[in-house]
Amino acid sequence: MAHNVIYMKQVKKRYQTGQVFFDALRGIDLRVEQGELIAVVGPSGSGKSTLMNIMGCLDVPTGGVYKLDDKVVNTLTSNQLADIRNKKIGFVFQAFNLLPYATAYENVEVPLLFARVSGKKRRERVHELLARVGLADKMANKPTEMSGGEMQRVAIARALANEPDIILADEPTGNLDSKSGGAIVKLFEELHDSGKTIVMITHDKSIAERAQRVVRLKDGLNDTNGDLS
Amino acid sequence: MNLTTIYNVFIRDFRKQKKRITLTVIALGWGTISIMVMLAFGEGLHRQLMQNKRGLGEGIGILWGGQTQIPYKGMGKGRPIRFTSEDVEFIEQRVPNISLISGEMHRWGARVRYKDNVLSEHITGIGPEFEHMRAHIPERGSRMINELDMQLRRRVVFLGDEMKANLFGEEDAVGKTVFIDEIPFTVVGVMKHKMQMSNYSGHDLSKGSIPLTTFEAIYGRRYLGNIVYQAHDLDRMADIEKQLYSVLGAKFQFDPEDESALSIWDVVAGMKEMSNILLGIQIFLGIIGGLTLIIAGVGVANIMYVSIKERTREIGIKMAVGARRGYILVQFLLEALIITFGGGIGGILISYVLTEGFRRMPIESDVLDFMGRPVLSPEIGVTVVIILGAVGIVAGLFPAMRAASVSPVESLRYE
Ligand SMILES: Nc1ncnc2c1ncn2[C@@H]1O[C@H](COP(=O)(O)OP(=O)(O)OP(=O)(O)O)[C@@H](O)[C@H]1O
Ligand SMILES: [Mg+2]
Repeated sequence: MAHNVIYMKQVKKRYQTGQVFFDALRGIDLRVEQGELIAVVGPSGSGKSTLMNIMGCLDVPTGGVYKLDDKVVNTLTSNQLADIRNKKIGFVFQAFNLLPYATAYENVEVPLLFARVSGKKRRERVHELLARVGLADKMANKPTEMSGGEMQRVAIARALANEPDIILADEPTGNLDSKSGGAIVKLFEELHDSGKTIVMITHDKSIAERAQRVVRLKDGLNDTNGDLS
Repeated sequence: MNLTTIYNVFIRDFRKQKKRITLTVIALGWGTISIMVMLAFGEGLHRQLMQNKRGLGEGIGILWGGQTQIPYKGMGKGRPIRFTSEDVEFIEQRVPNISLISGEMHRWGARVRYKDNVLSEHITGIGPEFEHMRAHIPERGSRMINELDMQLRRRVVFLGDEMKANLFGEEDAVGKTVFIDEIPFTVVGVMKHKMQMSNYSGHDLSKGSIPLTTFEAIYGRRYLGNIVYQAHDLDRMADIEKQLYSVLGAKFQFDPEDESALSIWDVVAGMKEMSNILLGIQIFLGIIGGLTLIIAGVGVANIMYVSIKERTREIGIKMAVGARRGYILVQFLLEALIITFGGGIGGILISYVLTEGFRRMPIESDVLDFMGRPVLSPEIGVTVVIILGAVGIVAGLFPAMRAASVSPVESLRYE
């Protein structure tokens, strides 16, 4: 049996807004094996992004156990979490989240800087990454000088910078038209073929169908009705 | 933490955000300059006024004899009261709280000659007490009339600086002989230039002073023009005035209630008004400085505040791709320090150049004599920089620290 890169048991997330508590995740169980391509689906507000943020170590659960590569994440320090985000996981956001003042080149360079990759290697790596997502000619463009699809490809190049094993994407095509969205999906499939583990939130049925497995969420819980499909 | 990483990230972002950083530096520098330069002029004016106020002398009173208005002990009114040098001694013995006292005689229109240069001048007979009492400070290498001059009735003269210039021009005067009403006098001293805001017999700079005893002898005078005295303690001026009336009333047989028998100018009372003006100026400058500081602070805070949303997201993004908290904090701290020091030191330097330039401008004018030259206060500069820096840090660094201490998701979601 393949090794579980992601293991979640009864993961909970409780948000507090003023005096009001809200349980966005009420006990999620999830296993992701090495090299899988998984789609996470569910109605709006069901907790998909919350789950994904916890998975990507961008946020911490308020209950349950989360193991990444068999190591419990719940108790890690903020620096350890930062290093995981830097090297182990590449995160792709629906809203791209590029630095607005920086060029495509510079945006892709950021994770490499924090990984202390030396100058020359950094340059090579950025060129290679941007070529891989088909943006070799847009290196000097700032986000405002690119299309949505191009911005998302820069974000993907950035997510791949330190060759993470896991790529997490929260509706990566949500802000794109179907044509550029299709190109992005194709990129993810290529990444999957190259051996990366990919977890992707999507509202798009056709994309979900291409996944090996679909995880359904409903009201912060696993929706078992369709899980075994 | 890795220094090259800090350096790389910092330099890169610093270059990228030049516009914002330059604006903040300018706001901070400008605030510093305006406050420093303004307060420098204020301080210059203040010092000049303080100095000018001392021109006539500090804590002095001028006493003239008057005319009785109230009949007293069978004597009618309208009797003139006139003082001689003995009365000066009498007052000194009888009236406590007087530290220095001297009689003074005047001769206007004396013929003063040096070589072919003839002037019609104001000559006074005074005592050595004038040096301290009436700020007759001799220039370097010269002296005021002294006690021995008085005893020996020496024919020596102490020249006001303007009179010296009129008589001698650039030439050295000390040791030279001038003729006063065709009697030869040796110049022993020239008065150091001073600003004199008030006077009772003309400005000291255009007078020539000789020993009172000599004056009495050569002009055959007995009665003094006036008496000048200085109080031990400024608060005692009113007491002294009262005692003068009673002591002199007894001696000259006039009613101590008879105000017109004497005429006294209490210079201290006038000075108090002056001190209030000075205090007023300082309060005024303080308020303006404070307001300017607030405006500059708002400017700095505003620039910082406007970029909080953008910067919080920036922090969220960086942390999402693996920046450790420490890197973020060091970056923002460095930036805050560079802005504060850049703007602060720049502002202080420019203020220095501006005020120093103004100080060195070779203009002679009465306005400048009155207004003085700006005096820069490094303390004020440093205080302003610290305050503006603190404002910038509160407005810019604290949100950054907050953003670095929460989860990246929260920073990314910041609106
Ligand atoms: N920071 C927060 N504070 C309070 N409540 C939150 C917070 N973030 C999310 N929530 C709530 O948690 C629930 C799940 O949110 P989440 O973003 O995970 O939904 P989602 O499944 O991603 O929805 P969508 O498909 O619309 O993106 C929502 O009801 C949301 O209102
Ligand atoms: Mg979502």
